[in-house]
Amino acid sequence: MSLKRYQEVIINPLIKENPITLQILGICSALAVTNNLSVTMVMCVAVTSVISFSNLFISLIRNYIPTSIRIIVQMTIIASLVIVVDELLKAYDYETSKKLSVFVGLIITNCIVMGRAEAFAMKEKPLVSFFDGLGNGIGYSIILIGVAFIRELFGAGTLFGYEILPLVSNGGWYMGNNLLLLPPSSFIIIGLFIWLIRSLQKDQIEEDDFVVSKHSTSPDLTKRELNV
Amino acid sequence: MNDSITKTLAVAFSVCLICSLVVSSSAVSLRDLQKENKLNDRRLKVLQVADIYDPRLSISEQFLQLESKFIDFDKGRIFSEYNNFNIDEYDQVKVTKDANLSKAIPASDDIAIIKNRENVGKIYILRDELENIEKLILPIRGYGLWGTLYGFIAIESDFNTVSGIEFYEHKETPGLGAEVDNPKWKTSWKGKKIYNNNQVALEVIKGRVEDGDSMSMYKVDGLSGATITSRGVSNMVSYWFSDSGYANLLKELNYES
Repeated sequence: MSLKRYQEVIINPLIKENPITLQILGICSALAVTNNLSVTMVMCVAVTSVISFSNLFISLIRNYIPTSIRIIVQMTIIASLVIVVDELLKAYDYETSKKLSVFVGLIITNCIVMGRAEAFAMKEKPLVSFFDGLGNGIGYSIILIGVAFIRELFGAGTLFGYEILPLVSNGGWYMGNNLLLLPPSSFIIIGLFIWLIRSLQKDQIEEDDFVVSKHSTSPDLTKRELNV
Repeated sequence: MNDSITKTLAVAFSVCLICSLVVSSSAVSLRDLQKENKLNDRRLKVLQVADIYDPRLSISEQFLQLESKFIDFDKGRIFSEYNNFNIDEYDQVKVTKDANLSKAIPASDDIAIIKNRENVGKIYILRDELENIEKLILPIRGYGLWGTLYGFIAIESDFNTVSGIEFYEHKETPGLGAEVDNPKWKTSWKGKKIYNNNQVALEVIKGRVEDGDSMSMYKVDGLSGATITSRGVSNMVSYWFSDSGYANLLKELNYES
């Protein structure tokens, strides 16, 4: 397989086919773990390694997986990897694992992992699948880190826990935006990211699913009604 | 064919087998580290609640400043030897599963909803240079909204003033009940009084403590959006400072000093 193919599977998911902003997958964890950069980083590493390795292992056995039970086989592999990651976190980074609590376990239900397994790893060779997972993991991380950067900086006035904008409550001048510390703010920030990316990459803009009908008082319609 | 029944069963079985091996071996090999982390985390909370934690020093080293003691709740006595238990390993929550070492709390008294109370608890004592008690660190626990909250409360040498509160384990909702970990709220406990005329008066109220309230030293702000958690914390304070909890010990100590 050519080098170009590897480049493609790693580079494309970063912006062009980003799992969060284009495919709108994995939103739940993007809401839950992004109010603090250091916690977000750990989550990103955890998700990226789970996607990469689940892609690798699923691709390795892709020719042996019966289609009737393929989803559950994928799930078993993903779930095992997530448990291993959880155990590792509890052993080597207990503080963060306490903060991430259930969200590590919920990587199992992160649609990006399942989506890449089903859409890519079931068809492609192991190594390229691994890199596809890596690319998608990094794409996910870019957005999460971006969201966490904004939320932590403007919400709590800190970055990685270090004070950047001194808060009024600590004797500084900055009034923290509490909305940014609550999960819904990630929705708004991700929405703004999508807007930004789509105004730079016009081909990402989807066609309307429906056409808005003309307003009932439009001259056309009135004329037609008069005719009747 | 991949889709034959034998093949399907064989694949399912081998995937499960391999995955379970991976999961169980990682769980077993990392257990010691995790146990140590948990112990250190609990010790860290004890140090924090005593307000003597220094992040530059190791936790186990700093923990030596504290004296661990067994306590007999009913007699209000502290002592160092209890059966064959090693005090560092004694887990007062674990022994509540053993009917010989604990007793069931009658439902009417069980305001903290903990079902069983150990016969012998474990407390930590911080002493000043003259070997006088400076602070007592007392474990407390009780039911919140989703599960039991486990924590410590530190009290001053007058045996009535709170100097700190910390929870090391709980299952409360992040952003609502989990605000029991909020540093600001924890600081608001500092200086509050527990007993008024020998009755536990300290409570977590609903809403904010009003300025100029003459009883404000017995009241702590409720957590907004977490009424049940706040009530749980309030109840656990009432239980653990009642005669079934630490009251006998505190009376005894007060009498001595």
